[in-house]
Amino acid sequence: MPFLNGVTLLLVYQLTGEILVRLLGLPIPGPVLGMVMLFATLMIRGSVPDSLGQASGALLSHLSLLFVPAGVGMMTHFGRIADEWVPIALALVLSTVVTMVATALIMQLTTRWFVTPQRVEDEPND
Amino acid sequence: MTEPGLRDIWVYLSASPLLGLTMTLVAYGLAYRLYLKTHASPLANPVVTSVALLILVLLATGTSYQDYFEGGQFVHFLLGPATVALAVPLYQQFRRLRELWLPVTISLLCGVVIAAGSSVALAKLLGGSLEIQMSLAPKSATAPVAMGISEKIGGLPSLTAVLVVLTGITGAVLGTKLFEWIRVKDDTAKGIAMGVAAHGIGTARAFQVSSQMGAFSGLAMALSAFATALLVPWLVDLMASWLPV
Repeated sequence: MPFLNGVTLLLVYQLTGEILVRLLGLPIPGPVLGMVMLFATLMIRGSVPDSLGQASGALLSHLSLLFVPAGVGMMTHFGRIADEWVPIALALVLSTVVTMVATALIMQLTTRWFVTPQRVEDEPND
Repeated sequence: MTEPGLRDIWVYLSASPLLGLTMTLVAYGLAYRLYLKTHASPLANPVVTSVALLILVLLATGTSYQDYFEGGQFVHFLLGPATVALAVPLYQQFRRLRELWLPVTISLLCGVVIAAGSSVALAKLLGGSLEIQMSLAPKSATAPVAMGISEKIGGLPSLTAVLVVLTGITGAVLGTKLFEWIRVKDDTAKGIAMGVAAHGIGTARAFQVSSQMGAFSGLAMALSAFATALLVPWLVDLMASWLPV
């Protein structure tokens, strides 16, 4: 039962998010607003109820699975992807690499600048 | 499938959600087993292998994506509640987040602008059509957000969904190696970069490295969904006037 209660809670927040986004004409998706509202609720409550912990743990531990049906959608775009595969592949891979490298370095630098005794240790790898 | 009985069963099954849903879970189960067998090598990312396996099966059996999605939609639907569920790790990491709010904000804004700007600029320079450029622009945001933005700026939402998944896979596969090369060791910095560039698939990968990296990746994914929705339509307009077509 706790698991079911947790799932219900997630759906209620998502539904409320979807309704508010449409009512207020916000440019963000409903689930994102739902997440913000749930976060605010947890802050006020001061702890994560067991039911919610179970449900979110189950969903997030297999997050990759949820992307599979959208990924299979690739088969409907084979033609278009084949026609323009060079710009698509290069732009996608290079831009992802650049974004990750730049964001990680900016985060590391700004953490050193703004957060006082934040020591970034060089641990031996492997 | 020469026997009429079997054919009837196939006709029934291919029109029912049961087949697509079962196939998705079985394919993912196999892919996940392979992933564990390879000692969690990022190259055996379970999204890649299960998508490849499913496409092969669908092509071999002549099943359309629409028929498959009758069942696949139930898994796809869970992306919504999973997005809401990100509030939990976010809350659990809040203490750490509070002391890092300024670096996180700066990195996020830079990351979102670089992700969209570089993909549009690169696609344009390499001769991609306007539709491709616009479909690529929101590629680093999580699927439901990216599809909405793509539609708004003149891309193809369903193509964007695919590009989002490919971006996530690229990030999840290359991420840990890249961070090693540029000598970023801090799990918070790695998590933020992963979440900004590679949304949920990157976050799934980050959770495998450490729960702290996962939580920060989830945080970055959630916040960059906001930032992408607010900034990208405006950024794309701005770039259209800067870069000659």
